[in-house]
Amino acid sequence: MKGTNIGEFEELVLLTTAALVNEAYSVAICDELEKHTGRQAKLGVVHAVLNRLEEKGLVKSKLGEATNVRGGKRKRYYTVTSAGKAALIRAKEVRDQLWSIIPEMVLKRT
Amino acid sequence: MKRHKILAPPKWAQRVLEWYCRPELAEDLQGDLNEYFYRNCETKGVRWAKLNYIVDVFKFVRIYTIRKPEFINFLIHWLMLGSYIKTSGRSMMRNKLFSFINIVGLAISMSVGLLMIAFLSDLLSYDKFHVNHNRIYRVCDTYQNLDQKPIRLASTSVKAGLRIQEDKTGIDEMVLMRNGFGGDARSGNQVVPVGGLWASESFFKVFTFPLLQGNAATALREPYSIVLTEKTAKKIFGDANALGQTILFDTTAYAVTGVMKDIPALSHMHFEMLVSFSTFELPTHHAAHDMKWEHVWSNYVYVVLPEGSDPEALQRRLDKISAEENAALAHTKIKLWLQPMNNIVLGEDLSNQIGPTMVAAVPWVIGILSFVVILSACFNYTNLSIARSLRRSREVGIRKVIGALKIHVLGQFIAEALIISLLALVIAFGIFLLLRPQFMSIAPELANIVRLDLSPRIIAYFLLLAVAVGISAGFLPALFFSRINAVYVLKQTAGVKIFRNVSLRKALIVMQYVFSLAFIAATIIGYRQYRHFLTFDLGFKTENILNIKLGKNNADLLAKELKELPEITNLSRSLMITSVGSYYGENVKYTDPLDSALVYYNSIDEQYLPIHGHRLLAGRNFTAKAPDAEETEIIINEQVMKRFNIGGNNPAKAVGDFITFHGKKLQIIGVLKDFHYGKVDSEISPVCFRYYTGGKGRNGYINAGISTTDLPATMDKIEKAWKKIDPVHPMEAVFYDDQIEKAYSEFSAMIKIIGFLSFLAISIASMGLLGMVVFTTETRLREVSIRKVLGATEGHLIYLLSRGFLLLLAVSALIALPATYYLFDQVFLSDIVHRAPIGISELLLSIAVVMGVALLMIGSQTLRVARSNPADVLKNE
Repeated sequence: MKGTNIGEFEELVLLTTAALVNEAYSVAICDELEKHTGRQAKLGVVHAVLNRLEEKGLVKSKLGEATNVRGGKRKRYYTVTSAGKAALIRAKEVRDQLWSIIPEMVLKRT
Repeated sequence: MKRHKILAPPKWAQRVLEWYCRPELAEDLQGDLNEYFYRNCETKGVRWAKLNYIVDVFKFVRIYTIRKPEFINFLIHWLMLGSYIKTSGRSMMRNKLFSFINIVGLAISMSVGLLMIAFLSDLLSYDKFHVNHNRIYRVCDTYQNLDQKPIRLASTSVKAGLRIQEDKTGIDEMVLMRNGFGGDARSGNQVVPVGGLWASESFFKVFTFPLLQGNAATALREPYSIVLTEKTAKKIFGDANALGQTILFDTTAYAVTGVMKDIPALSHMHFEMLVSFSTFELPTHHAAHDMKWEHVWSNYVYVVLPEGSDPEALQRRLDKISAEENAALAHTKIKLWLQPMNNIVLGEDLSNQIGPTMVAAVPWVIGILSFVVILSACFNYTNLSIARSLRRSREVGIRKVIGALKIHVLGQFIAEALIISLLALVIAFGIFLLLRPQFMSIAPELANIVRLDLSPRIIAYFLLLAVAVGISAGFLPALFFSRINAVYVLKQTAGVKIFRNVSLRKALIVMQYVFSLAFIAATIIGYRQYRHFLTFDLGFKTENILNIKLGKNNADLLAKELKELPEITNLSRSLMITSVGSYYGENVKYTDPLDSALVYYNSIDEQYLPIHGHRLLAGRNFTAKAPDAEETEIIINEQVMKRFNIGGNNPAKAVGDFITFHGKKLQIIGVLKDFHYGKVDSEISPVCFRYYTGGKGRNGYINAGISTTDLPATMDKIEKAWKKIDPVHPMEAVFYDDQIEKAYSEFSAMIKIIGFLSFLAISIASMGLLGMVVFTTETRLREVSIRKVLGATEGHLIYLLSRGFLLLLAVSALIALPATYYLFDQVFLSDIVHRAPIGISELLLSIAVVMGVALLMIGSQTLRVARSNPADVLKNE
């Protein structure tokens, strides 16, 4: 079913959004992603992904309160919807299943 | 606060983002970019942060961020159109003076624009009826004798054509033509003078001239074949079938092998008939030197290159041919080069053109000037609309309160400007129709080149012009109105603060006046130069001399008839007319056989010098000789003497010496004072006079000194005398002074056009100024009244009201005059030899004219206001 399948980076963004709970807005998500993955997360890419996730109904957004730190512009906060949660759980399940069928010796570090 | 301001991201980049980004995404995106920007400022420096911001703005141009065109806006514009038209109409009726100034100004300037469009479109559609027009090239020549200035020619030699024909690789088709075929065509009792070209058989393969009768492939193959245009065929044969008929030229019979459709008006070559080139190639029909490589004067070669081929390849071959042929010449270098046919009419000014052409600079100059005039009318609109913003700002305020967006207001005012410019177009079209014949009659050359006919395409261009004018005139006011802050306008009853943009309006007025002043100064300077040429002392006299072209008539017979008229005081004969731009030249040598120079000449009889008042410095005039006498004598001018240092540059000693003229040794019998053989805009060159012996083909002119009080009657008598000798051809007789005037007709045409445009520019600028003065004085009416009540004098008030405008005019004069002076002194007139000095008086005169009109406007209006009764004004409060 198209819409619930998510790509790797989408999954990462979605996870970060979930992790940041009430503080998830684009710049914070970028920073968080960089911190955890060590990869540079470009704002443009993250912004586009968030936009796509919102279109798919996996996140929803609302504008926050105005502050004077961003030139007076409000932040757009993202929260994961129940569809988003379902997608995350499903992705995790798929992985867990695959992990469980790998014989232990194959991935043993040598 | 200050620090914060310095640290803001670039303003224009923010604008760009706002402009393209969807409104619902814009805010947080701006915020994000701001956050990064401030972060970058801290870590990487302000400059890097700014750069990054700009890059990011452009990186965010993505499908999902771009604003979709809002169809609802189009819908609203459509629904509101009725309202726009209604309010525009009301506003136009309310301000009749302003509407009048706007519409009339735009109409006048647009009529010039229409003329320009028709003119340019004619020039650009020349020769486009040829199927191969993009692939046709003409082979032209550069002819250079010793180290004289090279002459660029449109013509070439027969030899060059034949050499190209030898090897036709890289050429699809080529045609060789020669001009100068003509004479009286006889068929039965019908005698019609016609002229045309010799053309080789592939003529119809190169050019697209459809044949009505005959076979295009073979019509010009056999000698003595002739192809007539439809019109010529009708002239000679009436309605009878022309094909297969015989035409006699003198005693030679030609067979009509084809009748072609008439040549379209916009063709760079025109002829009445074509004769097969194979006729010319028969030994009886040309002289040996006609076929020589250096005889480059009257032949034309056109080639069609294959689709997509590079003309450079052919050029290399032409270079090779030139090099090979030049090897045999001692003093002359001839280079062949290719000219695309599309560049012929509107291109380089070459000598020996096959038909009339236009110097490319002319449409440019006229085009730019008319553009300036149109711009000036647009300025009026912009100025007056913004000045009147006070009256309409409340309307805009209410529209905005009700819910109009910026874009709606913008649309409204653009629509209003469009309505006005379309109204103006209707008037402009009427003026265009009136102006067209005037324009065509400015110079005879113009009527030969362009037709200015209307076509649906041209009408479409006209509409396009009106739309473009409307948008460019209305854009600034529309932008201004759309920015009006509704709350502010409605609250502030006086609305004085809206009266901004004063500097913009001042700048526009100054620009208008700079152009007007420059135009009129240019006209006056040009006119002075023209008068200078006409009244220039040529070194001989031209008054009351009638030059009659002999054609093929017997000069003695005509002279005998003319001598019987009492009004004709004396008669002389000459090969050509000097000082009007024609030249006959031959090589002349003195003692050194290697040193030759091109010397211009005229052949004259013994009466010529006295009639024209030429002055001999030494020696004597020719004496009458029998027509078949051997040529032994020559008269030279000072330049020839100086060129060869004859007799130590002493005229008296030079007389009696010999020079070799075109291979003939001739004795110098007289030395003339220098005179202008060429036009006045070139230097005096070496010239000599030979004795006129008539001779075949070159019959020349009869110069008749006339003394009469009743010119038309005299001309009638001369005409009758001519008819006795030659009933077929019309007489071509022109007064010498008129001929000289005609020689500078391009100059006078240009002055007339620029003069006309400057008149328009001044009218438009003055109308605009009038509008501004009326507006300013009216808004200050109450102020003036109060000042008056408090004791200000009329003079003081006039000074007060006109001070600002006078300052603007002074600034314009300070900009315009030095610029015009510099342009004419250094650029336009710099290579004219005998130029009239640009006097301060011309420039002052131009100021006086423009300022006079402007002062009249300002003075009348300010006076009216200053004289108004303060009681009347103030009681209305």
